[in-house]
Amino acid sequence: MYSPEVSLALALAIPAFGGALVALLGSRPNVREAVTLIAGVLLVLNVAHLVEIAQSNPTLTLATLAPGLELTFKLEPLGALFAAVASGLWLVNSLYSIGYMRGNKEKNQTRFYVSFCIAIMSAMGVALSGNLLTLFVFYEILTLSTFPLVTHKGDAKAKRGGRIYLTILLGTSIGLLLPAIIATHFLAGSTDFVAGGLLALNDVTPVIAGVLLVMFAFGIGKAALMPIHPWLPNAMVAPTPVSAFLHAVAVVKAGVFSILKVGTYIFGPAMIAAAPTSEPLAWIAGISIVLASVIALTKDNLKERLAFSTVSQLSYVTLAVMLGSPLAMLGGALQIVMHAWGKITLFMSAGAIYTATKATNISQMKGLGHHMPWLFGAYTLGALSIIGLPPLGGAWPKLFLIQGAWESGHGILIIALIASSLLNVAYLLPVSIRGFFEPAETLGLKKPTPMMVILPPVITAAGVLILFFLIGPLRDYLMPVFATTPHAGVSL
Amino acid sequence: MLEIISERFVYIPIIILMMTGLYVVISTGNLVKRMVGLSLFQTSVSLIYIAVAKVFGGAPPILPEAHGEGYPDGAADSSAGADHAVVQTDHGSQIVEMASDHGSDAGHAAEAVSHAVDAAHATLYSNPLPHVLILTAIVVGVATLAVGLALVVRIREAYGTIEDDALNAADYSVETGGTE
Amino acid sequence: MIDFIASLTPDAIIRHAPVLIVVLPLILAPIAAIIPSGRAGWSISLIGALFVGWMALILFGQVAEHGVIEYAMGGWSAPLGIVYRVDALNLPVLALIGTIGLLCVFYALPTVSDEIDSKQQPLFYSAFLICFAGLLGVTITGDAFNVFVFVEISSLATYALIAMGAGKDRRALTASYNYLILGTIGATFFVIGVGFLYMATGTLNMADMARILAENGHTRVTQAAFAFIVVGLGLKAAMFPLHVWLPNAYANAPSFVTAFLASTATKVAFYALIRFIYGVYHPEDAHFVMMAFTWVFAVVGVIGMLFASVQAVFQTDPRRLLAYSSVAQVGYMMLGLGLGNALGLAAALLHLVNHAIMKGTLFMALGAFGLKFGIRRISDLNGLGRTMPAAAIAFTVAGISLVGVPLTIGFTSKWYLILAVLERGWWWAVAAVIISSLLALAYIARMLAAIWMEDSPQRDGKPVARTRAPWMVLAPMSLLAFANVYFFFNADPLVSMAQRAAAAVMVGH
Repeated sequence: MYSPEVSLALALAIPAFGGALVALLGSRPNVREAVTLIAGVLLVLNVAHLVEIAQSNPTLTLATLAPGLELTFKLEPLGALFAAVASGLWLVNSLYSIGYMRGNKEKNQTRFYVSFCIAIMSAMGVALSGNLLTLFVFYEILTLSTFPLVTHKGDAKAKRGGRIYLTILLGTSIGLLLPAIIATHFLAGSTDFVAGGLLALNDVTPVIAGVLLVMFAFGIGKAALMPIHPWLPNAMVAPTPVSAFLHAVAVVKAGVFSILKVGTYIFGPAMIAAAPTSEPLAWIAGISIVLASVIALTKDNLKERLAFSTVSQLSYVTLAVMLGSPLAMLGGALQIVMHAWGKITLFMSAGAIYTATKATNISQMKGLGHHMPWLFGAYTLGALSIIGLPPLGGAWPKLFLIQGAWESGHGILIIALIASSLLNVAYLLPVSIRGFFEPAETLGLKKPTPMMVILPPVITAAGVLILFFLIGPLRDYLMPVFATTPHAGVSL
Repeated sequence: MLEIISERFVYIPIIILMMTGLYVVISTGNLVKRMVGLSLFQTSVSLIYIAVAKVFGGAPPILPEAHGEGYPDGAADSSAGADHAVVQTDHGSQIVEMASDHGSDAGHAAEAVSHAVDAAHATLYSNPLPHVLILTAIVVGVATLAVGLALVVRIREAYGTIEDDALNAADYSVETGGTE
Repeated sequence: MIDFIASLTPDAIIRHAPVLIVVLPLILAPIAAIIPSGRAGWSISLIGALFVGWMALILFGQVAEHGVIEYAMGGWSAPLGIVYRVDALNLPVLALIGTIGLLCVFYALPTVSDEIDSKQQPLFYSAFLICFAGLLGVTITGDAFNVFVFVEISSLATYALIAMGAGKDRRALTASYNYLILGTIGATFFVIGVGFLYMATGTLNMADMARILAENGHTRVTQAAFAFIVVGLGLKAAMFPLHVWLPNAYANAPSFVTAFLASTATKVAFYALIRFIYGVYHPEDAHFVMMAFTWVFAVVGVIGMLFASVQAVFQTDPRRLLAYSSVAQVGYMMLGLGLGNALGLAAALLHLVNHAIMKGTLFMALGAFGLKFGIRRISDLNGLGRTMPAAAIAFTVAGISLVGVPLTIGFTSKWYLILAVLERGWWWAVAAVIISSLLALAYIARMLAAIWMEDSPQRDGKPVARTRAPWMVLAPMSLLAFANVYFFFNADPLVSMAQRAAAAVMVGH
């Protein structure tokens, strides 16, 4: 009964039904929250099963729109991993949201939770997509369903942030991503994800592949490659659980995951290496990494600082893809996992600090570490992971990226990676240092901090530590994906 | 050169009328005069069709009384709606004309092709079909004129003027946020 | 289901279906005019629309069985008599007009009662029936001059219908007058073209003309005829730059009229254009037609879609904005036609149907808003998402369909159109389609932002309670909105219908 097709369908159905139930039960907050959490747990269990069976590549056709146009799911290790990260962190984030929304007495909570359910459903759709068309459909649903989340507060700033959000994301997806997808269909006869690269199998010339690569890189706006990044800092007007979700779980990860998936299964590492535009794009990613970090240094608002940090960290994955080296791409995939856990820790900490003290700027957070040791401890672990120090998970992506850059002959870009680490130290650690090593201010806590906003960041910080030691299984799980030679005729 | 003019002289008034009509439509600011121009324009089209119909040396397309056979069963049908009736003679089928650049002009000598077994009474007839087409077009023109003039009357009631400039000014002032 | 209905229908009606579909609305028109009640006029329109729908279903079945249906008026057969001809090309258009007509008639009852003076309503419905009959006649006839006659029948009725909007806004009068002038010039150009074709071939039957032209080749007369016909029908189809009558006409007409015309009038003219280009002239033999594809239709289509989209962005009146958007969408269809291949033609025909559904929904939703609140500027749409959710959702669905977001038929249209353009290798045209989609995003987003993100309308300082438009307005609008999404997931019927239509007309008779 629990066949692969059923579990693929369940990955969509569980959050969808959860959302519907939440909408119906809006008037009973406790039941509503329970539904969200139960849906989260069920989804995690389902995705765990999917992770197990990913190597056999089960497929599911959702709908046949017309001959040659189908919405299909095809499970493979990358997608399964992203789904696992997304569903796991959704559960944690839901716990956190409950604490945050109640602690700050936010309005319109039903709309909030329903949008979350639809957003995670579309993230699952992106993760499990079997062709570009399906990816595009769920990508757009993700944009539209996160819009009410970004504009949740409803004031003028929120509306402005929402407008920029939609303009950039819809503009890039319709203006660049869609034509790239249609062009792929035209060149290859379909948009299926194929091991070794669909375009490589169809002997597309490097020039055309190069043009398409640019269109995909900037068309997937959720990956926030500079200069497409402004939507991200502007989306900080959202409540923190949304920011945590946007920046760790769903939206940005869907973006870079899409770039990684397109790079692996539409182009293939060999074709990317051969394309003339991959080198300029790698440089743009490198510049993105450094420039965003520099901008982060100038921000006093903690969430904005973290937003630019995210832009920088996301460009790691784009860089990994553009290097055209399988080892680098493995690093990119690992970065998706590690950065997710690390960043969500940081964001949730920021939100917890806000809930407790209404402080949003770093200058206001002096000495708070004495009052909230566990929180600041979690923050520090997350920061160290982002910086890339062992024994925290974030060390591995950096390592593989550096190796990949060296291997593919782009040694100079290693400088960008190292500079980024140094800058990360400069803009992430001051929060911890000020928190612990400055004298405690008497202007401390306004009220006791709800446990539900402290526990989740601590859990994810522990996760970051544990992930460091899981590198073996992770690498073995992912390595088969990044083979260089196209396997002619084998679909995934 | 003279031949061309003598053969195709009818097109000169046609073109003059057509261009005059169009010019009036474009240049005048008065709505009624514009309708007049439109009517001129439509009249020239009538002339084009009628010019085609003329067959030099052709008789009027009326069958003489004695010619009993060959009438189709019943009178020529006219169908409901705005279709035009087609009168058939037993000799004439369509007048097939080949107009070419070098050869004869369209309104010129057209041969009536006789399909009838009874070839003894082969006669040349002018083509009645374009006349029928133009009757229809004239009716359409009259209706258009009527609707147009009715609109002009209503415009006069609503705006107080039938001059284009004043109307544009009145309309655009609304758009640039005048009355709201 | 079609067989079931056909079995219930008397044989005589089946045989005469092609003419009855035109004749009945025409006969009902004077009846509606005589009876002085608006309600009665509406009921008669409803009967007419239902009957037309019935006939369309019959014809569907007949074409499925026999391929091409030819009906000789009064028993006079081609090439001398007037022949009505139904094949895979005009059958979808007939079905479209019938369906939209029926939905719009339901929509008419509340909106017309609101917008038109009760003494004029019978005449209004009478004019609608004439317009309806005229459009059906253009679609179904196989005789070139008959096309002119029906075009003028529908146009005259249209001028009157548009002018009826003067009750709300006197600019409807000048809009109608300008449309009259331009429309008559266009129709006259068309009849000049037909006259030239008659001079060259000696026949008015389109199939016969094609045969004779194929045998005898083309001359300057036939080329001139082509030019006149393209200009004439292009004006009716709102082809750039002959579109200037459309924005004012659609903006100021009664909402029922706009909803009906936006979905049918330009589509019928476009169909007539295809019929003449492919059904009378054979592009493979006529070099000038192939040239026209690339240098007239494609160019005009691309410029039109960009120019009109830009103009739409700057509009403040939502209805004029959508009217300019219609001109841009006609540009897509012209581009599809200008590709000159079966793929492009199929894409253009698919977009014809899809756009009718999209624009019908949009204008119906705007009319629903207008019924309760009166819409003059985009800011009048503020907050209607909370106050009138059903109409707002329909508007949103159709709006994102216009942009081309997946899950809607607009996406399907764009997909096939871009694929067809890529087949020809015209990257510039792909860029134009994408840019106009982004512009569409801009102007649709503006309206959606007003609807969903602004505060609700206030009356006496308090937000207005949630109001619902009458179900006769909601039902057709919701049905069309649903169709926007349904035909995305079930795209095959529409896509294969468009492909069959294109194949039917390109292969020849």
